Amino acid sequence: MNRFRTPLLWPLAALVALLVFNALASPGFFDVEWKDGRLYGTVVDICNQGARVPMLLALGMTLVIATGGVDLSVGSLMAVSGAVAAVQVNAGASLGQAVGLALLLCSGLGLVNGVLIAKVRLQPIIATLVMMVAGRGLAMLLTGSQMVPFKHEGLTFLANGAVGGLPVPIPLVLGVALLAGVALRGSAWGLFIEATGDNETASRLAGLPTGGVRLLVYAFSGLCAGMSGLLEASNIAAADPARMGDTRELDAIFAVVAGGTALTGGRFSLAGSLVGALLLQTLTLTLYNQNVPPAVAPVPKALVILVVCLLHSPKLREQWGRWRSPSPA
Amino acid sequence: MSGILQLHGIEKRFGDFAALRGVSLELRAGEIHALMGENGAGKSTLIKVITGVHAATAGTMELEGRAIRPGSPREAERAGISTVYQEVNLLPNLSLAENITMGRQAMWGPFIRHGEGRRRARAALARLGVEVDVARPLGACPVAVQQMAAIARALEQRARVLILDEPTSSLDAREVAELFGVLRRLRDEGMGILFVSHFLDQIYALSDRITVLRDGGYVGTWEAAALPRLELVSHMIGKPVAAAEACAAKEEASAGPRRGAVVEVAELERKGVAGPFSFALEAGGATGLAGLLGSGRTEVARMLFGIDPATSGSVRVDGRVVSLTSPRAAMAAGFAFCSEDRKVEGILPSLSVRENIVLALQASRGALRRLPRAEQEALADTFIKALHIKTRGPETPMGALSGGNQQKCLLARWMAVQPRLLILDEPTRGIDIGAKGEIEALCAELRRGGLAILFISAELEEVVRNCSRVVVLRDRQQAEVLEGGAISLRQIMETVAAA
Amino acid sequence: MNRLFSSRLLPLLATALVLLVLFGAAGAHYEHFFSARVVLNLFKDRAFLGVIAIGMTFVILSGGIDLSVGSVMACSTVLLASLIMERGWPVPLAMAATLVLGAAFGGAQGWIIHRYGIPAFLVTLAGMFLARGTAFILSSRSLEIRHAFYAKNSAWGLPLGEGLTFTLGPMVFVSVLAVAMVVAHGTRFGRNVYAIGGSESSAALMGLPVGGTRIAVYALCGGGAALGGILSTLALGSGDPTRGMGLELDAIAAAVIGGTVLTGGRGWMVGTFLGVLILGTIKTILDFEGSLDPAWLRLASGGLLLGFILMQKVIAIRSRET
Repeated sequence: MNRFRTPLLWPLAALVALLVFNALASPGFFDVEWKDGRLYGTVVDICNQGARVPMLLALGMTLVIATGGVDLSVGSLMAVSGAVAAVQVNAGASLGQAVGLALLLCSGLGLVNGVLIAKVRLQPIIATLVMMVAGRGLAMLLTGSQMVPFKHEGLTFLANGAVGGLPVPIPLVLGVALLAGVALRGSAWGLFIEATGDNETASRLAGLPTGGVRLLVYAFSGLCAGMSGLLEASNIAAADPARMGDTRELDAIFAVVAGGTALTGGRFSLAGSLVGALLLQTLTLTLYNQNVPPAVAPVPKALVILVVCLLHSPKLREQWGRWRSPSPA
Repeated sequence: MSGILQLHGIEKRFGDFAALRGVSLELRAGEIHALMGENGAGKSTLIKVITGVHAATAGTMELEGRAIRPGSPREAERAGISTVYQEVNLLPNLSLAENITMGRQAMWGPFIRHGEGRRRARAALARLGVEVDVARPLGACPVAVQQMAAIARALEQRARVLILDEPTSSLDAREVAELFGVLRRLRDEGMGILFVSHFLDQIYALSDRITVLRDGGYVGTWEAAALPRLELVSHMIGKPVAAAEACAAKEEASAGPRRGAVVEVAELERKGVAGPFSFALEAGGATGLAGLLGSGRTEVARMLFGIDPATSGSVRVDGRVVSLTSPRAAMAAGFAFCSEDRKVEGILPSLSVRENIVLALQASRGALRRLPRAEQEALADTFIKALHIKTRGPETPMGALSGGNQQKCLLARWMAVQPRLLILDEPTRGIDIGAKGEIEALCAELRRGGLAILFISAELEEVVRNCSRVVVLRDRQQAEVLEGGAISLRQIMETVAAA
Repeated sequence: MNRLFSSRLLPLLATALVLLVLFGAAGAHYEHFFSARVVLNLFKDRAFLGVIAIGMTFVILSGGIDLSVGSVMACSTVLLASLIMERGWPVPLAMAATLVLGAAFGGAQGWIIHRYGIPAFLVTLAGMFLARGTAFILSSRSLEIRHAFYAKNSAWGLPLGEGLTFTLGPMVFVSVLAVAMVVAHGTRFGRNVYAIGGSESSAALMGLPVGGTRIAVYALCGGGAALGGILSTLALGSGDPTRGMGLELDAIAAAVIGGTVLTGGRGWMVGTFLGVLILGTIKTILDFEGSLDPAWLRLASGGLLLGFILMQKVIAIRSRET
């Protein structure tokens, strides 16, 4: 009984259903080929593209949403990260310097979100909305609002290289997820995050550093956005400050909500969010395969997220319950 | 004098819980009628039924002889019943005039006649003897003026019945006097006024008749002039005066090793809220805080645990002054606090029983020194067994437990950190009799283990039964400290009821 | 009393001051900045933003937010263009249909927000994608509108002499502003919006129609976005599914810079007007300073947004303490 209530069930079921549909609709969907020391195939592509943006963003967003907040600035922070790295390598910096600086800056900006929310006590949407505007501006400022192409083997390798036959982003995101999982569940941070999201007042009165928890999750979200920005820039060997990461925050929220973490905060599941992100990526690809133009793809995504949220809504459940068992008034 | 509002056998159930059990009440035109009762007596539920927030499960209501059944506050207001809440339920961002006329503005076609609205608001306030600039935003006015605006709104709605729910809790003495003058004037004009307050002085100063509720049931209605204070208190707490003589401190309460004062509280005060308080807490001893609702019981606890820190005074632990500026600081000083508001300040409903129990201990260890899972489970198991917590298992979500079992989990949470002082605010509220007894027994055991307990309860008997020292509070101040043999229900009641 | 007065109007005064300083500094620095043409262009350029920002102000006043306006506007331009060019609808009918659909879309969002208690930002974020995607479904490319009505009216306006005209866009903007000011200040609906933003529970206890007002506010905002779309087709002569990206942020920024508090219940329509002018002035300055990076526009609006939010926070804390 209990096993069927795991948050992973629904997103996994949806993912399997989509995969089956694809397998039937486009033969060769599951074909995987080994060439030049790495794997090629549609499934690998889904994982690779899923790892590059939605999965990484979802990792950070999961923790933010678990505390009962939201981070709308991740798309802009991706652009910041890409811009920093591109400008740095073009100026002759080493890969380590460029990557380090980009990640440091993004975590710092995430921390600023955290300070505005935990200390100044702005609402999360408002604080991160400001960062969304300002972050985009910063990215454009760093690059002079131009697309900045770069030629740097190390940086390009991040998204295009392969490790153990798999494109780098896949092991990378799995590593980050594993590390985050171990760090959160091996320490008490995971418990603290869930407690803060479940009942902030009670957590504070039990002596939890709820302010610190908030700072941490927003900084981590910034860091994840930073990594994702690096991979996106690496993928096209350029930083596109105006468009990179644009509207990706919805993808992240989609992955988290579809993965079984409630928008109201509390229990979170990193694995669920990863599955949610894969689901999103598969959906995107399915739409593409069905010749839905990419610009139209957001429509079904938006519908799915609305439906999932409606299913989570206590008010709808109440009405549903009333409809199923008309109570004696 | 005629009954303007009559309630017959009002009953209100929330699921299995009966918040009101057959309450009848008659409010006459031209009287001020006090509604009294301790926490959970059903006062606010009754008011919500009258004002249409809740629908009664059974019973009837008549306003001026016509049966009514308001389905919303708006309908109640239209019928002529207006309410002034403690937390003034008006709009802080709009002007006084708008708050008074909102929903019934004078119109010119589709447009509001703001000038006419201001004139009507000024007139309504003038009837109450208040002269203010009605264009000021409500939020910028003192609470007293906000309350007057709420009453003016009732007048503007042509209310026949005015309900005031603890209107005086944030007013100073002069403002209270002004408010009472206004209420008397309205009474003399024929309005029926239902008045809820915890201050006995105010009840006796203002009301004509008094109705007492207890545990959702109707206790009785008396002429205020014919009801001695002591008797009123005894009706409220449900103990006859005669029986109170017999109930004195039990020997058991003073048992346990006495090791001198661990915590000394000196002149502790939060300006404008409560205080000053001075008392000592001993290892192995239980000190009770007794007083009626609103007497400052909870405020003391919140000061000691650093939630609403004191503005002056000091607290010493083992002779050293400690700083209590936050819950974390208070925990570092060895304090633990079980809040009276279990739902908002205690439980984490979607986390497991185990996680709820280890939370405070984990917090005091810091995030990086995680308690190993096996130890967490052992700890949870120990407490579940020791406190007889009824749960499917340690992984059941806290929200699925009954109130009494949640309370035991919260006790376990604090026992796990092995504090020097345990502050229990209403630890037995809203839980069944069996669990109450168990929790009291647990307290006694903790004391024998050398813990100091600060025990806060609205049930005076419980305080008498469990405490070796009782600090009696009245009007958010310390009234008296009783020790050992001097502790008796009668003594506490007399102090509480003193003018 | 004096201090109180100043703290209430402080945001509006600060906004006016920022506008004056910006405009003054620009006028001192650039030749020809102080000219009727610059001011007129500013109005013309920002007219559609102004209309949308006014709708947004209503939503924010009610304590909500609408992130879908930019997409709804884009969708409206394409819808209008395709109705006129591909279906051959008469222009006025096509415009009316666009307005109605925009309002219906907004109203539907408001209904979901109210009925199911889903956060406004999420519903309207989904709405943003729905509307943008729908725009692309209608047409993946920019659709030029070639029609006698457009040829006649795009340049139509009140002649102001010296070859300047007060064109239709600014005219609509100013009229919408005037109507919005009257509605917000002088009608029951307007006051109910403020009431819900001030305290939803109090408004309900006072018997005000909370649900209806909320749905109407989002419908109004959707209608405003559609009207903004219509204005932009008049100004640019085409419908384009990519138009208005990030416009929701400009609209929010204009409202907040104009003194509307993001938590709802406090603000002025005229403040939004000033906010639109400030954003327009910054843009004009960037245009004058051809070499200056457009990134500054983003940074400046982000900075102004944060500055004004923090000022509101400080004022809120100070007024609670007194």
